[in-house]
Amino acid sequence: MDVKVKVDKLNLWYGTNQALHDISIDLYDNKITALIGASGCGKSTFLRSLNRMNDLVESAKIQGNVIVDGKNIYDKDIDVVSVRKRIGMVFQQPNPFPKSIYENVAYAPLKHGIVKKGSDCDELVESSLKSAGIWEEVKDKLQAPGTSLSGGQQQRLCIARTIAVKPDVILMDEPTSALDPISTEKIEALMLELKKSYTIVTVTHNMQQAARIADHTAFFHLGELVEYDETEKIFVNPKLKKTEDYITGRFG
Amino acid sequence: METKINKNNNFYIPQIEKRNKQSKRFRLYALSAVVLSLSFLAFFLIDIIKAGIPAFTQSSVKIEISIDEETANNPYGILERDMSRLVSRAWLRSFPKEIEAHPEWIGTTQTFWALLNAEADQYLKGTQSKLKENQKSKLDALLQEGLIERKFNATFFFTGDSKIPENAGFYAAIVGSVLTMLVTMSLAVPIGVMTAVYLEEFAPDNKLTQIIEININNLAAIPSILFGLLGLAIFINFFGVPRSSPLAGGMTLALMSLPIIIVSSKAALKSVPASIRQAGYALGLTKWQVTKDHVLPLAFPGVLTGSIIALAQAMGETAPLIIVGMIAFVPDPVTSLTSAATVMPAQIFTWSGMPERAYIEKTAAGIMVLLTVLISLNTIAVLLRKKFEVKW
Ligand SMILES: Nc1ncnc2c1ncn2[C@@H]1O[C@H](COP(=O)(O)OP(=O)(O)OP(=O)(O)O)[C@@H](O)[C@H]1O
Ligand SMILES: [Mg+2]
Repeated sequence: MDVKVKVDKLNLWYGTNQALHDISIDLYDNKITALIGASGCGKSTFLRSLNRMNDLVESAKIQGNVIVDGKNIYDKDIDVVSVRKRIGMVFQQPNPFPKSIYENVAYAPLKHGIVKKGSDCDELVESSLKSAGIWEEVKDKLQAPGTSLSGGQQQRLCIARTIAVKPDVILMDEPTSALDPISTEKIEALMLELKKSYTIVTVTHNMQQAARIADHTAFFHLGELVEYDETEKIFVNPKLKKTEDYITGRFG
Repeated sequence: METKINKNNNFYIPQIEKRNKQSKRFRLYALSAVVLSLSFLAFFLIDIIKAGIPAFTQSSVKIEISIDEETANNPYGILERDMSRLVSRAWLRSFPKEIEAHPEWIGTTQTFWALLNAEADQYLKGTQSKLKENQKSKLDALLQEGLIERKFNATFFFTGDSKIPENAGFYAAIVGSVLTMLVTMSLAVPIGVMTAVYLEEFAPDNKLTQIIEININNLAAIPSILFGLLGLAIFINFFGVPRSSPLAGGMTLALMSLPIIIVSSKAALKSVPASIRQAGYALGLTKWQVTKDHVLPLAFPGVLTGSIIALAQAMGETAPLIIVGMIAFVPDPVTSLTSAATVMPAQIFTWSGMPERAYIEKTAAGIMVLLTVLISLNTIAVLLRKKFEVKW
């Protein structure tokens, strides 16, 4: 098991309110790590600090290291744009661009110079949509607006869009919480497929989902990382009472 | 419709009648406010149209003239005295040119439709006139004989202002307005939109930015005449832009339009959902790529509407232009950005102050043209907004 992302003593403040306390955690390559915990405990904040989306929040102040492949992404000599290219993100609400399905996938790779316009680009769009398991549904209407798809399809389009820039790590913030059970199942299957090539970190409020797909699970509480272990251990045999209480639904 | 409420069931709420009456009364107030404002508007429109319609036709008289070398040199002598008092001086003045253009006429007798002067025209249109009784009876006689006709007044649309009322037209003002608006828009739209983009997307959210934004909002509410003084001080006195020119007027109006365009563009940018920006940033796009390709296209309908509304407002603006001298008497349509010009509202203002009766109908007709342009602009704004609005 290779460590892909090594988080070291991460602290984060929104103004004077500290949202993350001394988080240290190793995230493994080709594994799915689930982040669980009560609402407001800092899961999204933590996830966003892994690709520096928190830079967009003006009040956010961050301290500590996030080391990806041996390099701290918060180092001064690293450009935030290149960080986000390598560490992609999928959001809770599907947010396709109000452009065609094709453009949704092709836009960023073209800008990054991954492909040139033409058959290369067509191929990348096709392979990305295939990896996201949505090719069959959209191959005949690539010029239709991305927003005309169903919620579940939109979410898979967003995943295809993320894959298309060829990231190493994919962060997902409650990717299925806005979706129906069938769409959820499709996304879960997709995540299991994607972990073969990517490191996946996902936030979920759904304990069954964490149990079904995650290799490792991290339990957050009030901005602290309480317990982190293989999913099976967390669910069957948690070390701490707090974790057990949360998992069995006694609070949160 | 009105059924009596049955109090003897468990749906009955005490005082329900009173509450219903209250809302009915409120509805009535609101409705009467609407009716009142609509009737003001209707009254204004009907009044203007009634006054302005006659300006779109002018009377001409059919005359026969035997043309020789002499007539070409002295056009004022071609008509008998009582007739030449009724025919427009402008028409007589242009007569030699006509002959020059048609040398074959010399030695023949030709029939012309000669434009009557404003006093005669006004008399024929049934308004008061300073004509003498014998002139009036002469006109009546000509009318009887079918020698007088009301024709479409092309002069109004194809010439500039004139001291001869029947020869005064709106064309120079229309051209002046178009050139002035070109200057205004080519300055105000890019600067306004870029300012809005900077403030909304790039500027840090600190005290300074807030102060700037508050002041821009205040600028949008400043009396327009002050922009005229500003334009006079900066553009004309300091930078030496020629007075009365479309350049000076356009730049002054750009100052006035800027806050409106900035405020409406900012609102349009703000209404773009944050999730679109996040999607862009999460793909590793730069701020400019996200703004240019994803945020601005979504804000485009709003930006466009705001710009057109600002344009319409600038087009109807008079006060600041009077200050920069665009109220001059301009008989010929302006040909360059730096020569003296007038604009539609300024022309209307000038005419409204003229003593001759004929200018009253011209004033109203000018207002009709201006209103038509403004209403079309607003309609275009609405249509474009509908067309470009992104469906979610
Ligand atoms: N942009 C922000 N500005 C200020 N405070 C914020 C911001 N985002 C989050 N917070 C605060 O940080 C804390 C953690 O929020 P976060 O969104 O990370 O929680 P979460 O675990 O993702 O919750 P949920 O499960 O409801 O999504 C909360 O107290 C929240 O109020
Ligand atoms: Mg969250």
